[in-house]
Amino acid sequence: MLPGLVYFLVFHYGAFLGNAVAFKEYDPFAGLWGSPWVGGGNFSRMFGDPDFWHATWNTLYIAVLQLVFYFPVPLAIALLLHSLTSDLLRRFVQSVVYLPHFLSWVIVVALFQQVLSDTGLLNSFLGDSGLHTVDIIGNPDAYRPLVVAEVIWKDAGWGTIIFLAALMQVDEQQYEAAAIDGAGPWRRFWHVTLPSIRPIVVLLLIMRLGDILSVGFEQMLLQRQSVGPEVGEVLDTFVFWQGIVAGDTGYAAAAGLFKGLVGALLVFVANRVAHRLGEQGVYK
Amino acid sequence: MNRSAQAPSRPAWQEKPKPVTQAAKGLAVLALLALVLVPFLVIVSTSLASNKEVVANGGWVLWPTEPTLRAYENILSGGIVTKALGVSIGITALGTLLSLACTAFLAYALSRPGVFGGRPVLLLVLFTFLFPPGMIPAFLLVKGLGLQNMYAALVAPVLINVFNLVVLRGFFQGIPEELYEAARLDGAGDWATFWRIALPLSKAALAVVGLFYAVSYWNSWFTASIYLESDHWPLSQVLRTYVIGGAQIADTGLSEAGMVSAPQTTQMAVLVIAVVPILLVYPFLQKYFTKGVLTGAIKS
Repeated sequence: MLPGLVYFLVFHYGAFLGNAVAFKEYDPFAGLWGSPWVGGGNFSRMFGDPDFWHATWNTLYIAVLQLVFYFPVPLAIALLLHSLTSDLLRRFVQSVVYLPHFLSWVIVVALFQQVLSDTGLLNSFLGDSGLHTVDIIGNPDAYRPLVVAEVIWKDAGWGTIIFLAALMQVDEQQYEAAAIDGAGPWRRFWHVTLPSIRPIVVLLLIMRLGDILSVGFEQMLLQRQSVGPEVGEVLDTFVFWQGIVAGDTGYAAAAGLFKGLVGALLVFVANRVAHRLGEQGVYK
Repeated sequence: MNRSAQAPSRPAWQEKPKPVTQAAKGLAVLALLALVLVPFLVIVSTSLASNKEVVANGGWVLWPTEPTLRAYENILSGGIVTKALGVSIGITALGTLLSLACTAFLAYALSRPGVFGGRPVLLLVLFTFLFPPGMIPAFLLVKGLGLQNMYAALVAPVLINVFNLVVLRGFFQGIPEELYEAARLDGAGDWATFWRIALPLSKAALAVVGLFYAVSYWNSWFTASIYLESDHWPLSQVLRTYVIGGAQIADTGLSEAGMVSAPQTTQMAVLVIAVVPILLVYPFLQKYFTKGVLTGAIKS
């Protein structure tokens, strides 16, 4: 128990104290505790910084896109897989769609570049067929759909696990009773399947809402440079760029702390809403 | 598809699906499989193709006509990729072992009722899940501890993952209390109970958690990019620089003079080397996924 406890104390609570730097004018030579306090200076500067608001806007934009286009996909795949009667086929498809989850973002981004860049698979195919080629990688207009497509490719399969488990737990007898009462496949789907998995859908939706300010840091960081900060900057990359690349430590820590606070607040609110709706929520 | 060929496990009340539905489902499944598998095929094929063929094809190959291992020989004959591969293997092996051990110890302690400080420690741990310290403070801490350009910087800050901890704790709690009782009556202390009862009974969970750790160490590049000098880089970070960043591998002394292969085949070969270990462990652990993940999801 001791090594684990020490780990949490040092690397979480110890690091947590380091958030104090958000209230300081950080000077690398004076160190964290030697740097002068500036109170809320970093925060007032942040709230007046158009780049910060721009990153926030991008974050929310991508988060909403993900919510609308990514969230339903695992559910749809799970319903499709669940409706397959052959166990063997279903297991095979499952193992294939889980796989991309275990690849790093570096690999996924590299794969997408190979397929979609101006010399990639898609464009050489279009070019060979005498059609117009499309620039997808490096095109700011295509960036947001692209990152959402990447998330779907990587994690939609993995996301089916929890839905599949919920579908497994639906009582067979309900289907049987419905069938005897003359309900066709669609009515059974609508009146038995969907209501049965509603709680888990609501739970995951709420968790996603609580997490809305985090939209794939590694994924964004890997591609930020190919499209520029105009569309590629989200809150996490903003913190990274300001703090670690530009060395504006106190300022970046303030932005990070702000994001953490809002995130925790959202989890808290979402959980309250879950309780209101009579769902179990994320914690008791 | 060939569902009619196998005996379908369709219950008596369910009518036989219409051919249209069958066909639509078959197509959907095929599309899913193709979406995941085709990119892999292209990567592997391109890495095996000859330079001439890659150039003639405009950068990629779907099926190499004369497969060659030149690209692999080039990058594995010493140089950046070979070194990075060694670093990645080392970090993954050591990191996984350490993480798994620390997670198991803590999870076990937290799963037993009446351990001194159990409840507060649990809350302390769960709180970090809700409120992580943040990137900048973590960065300052690692720098402050003097871990820069040390491999420990890649392991220490991510030693225990709370989700994995909760999964293991759930498993330990699921072991019937009678077994623990029996062990105690036989005179086993805490350690013996842990080694002889809890661990052997949780192999499935340990396998899954171990896999999760191994994958995350194998894939990690961000920490390497900020804490390590380029001669210490693991494979993922090399991949990032040369494949995504598009830096010329030939410039870095990676390829021997006169043995320069088309950058495309080399890049694809690096990509394949980064993916293969995951593909190798994947089939063995696959059957535990659902069990492991769901225990975690339900218990938390």
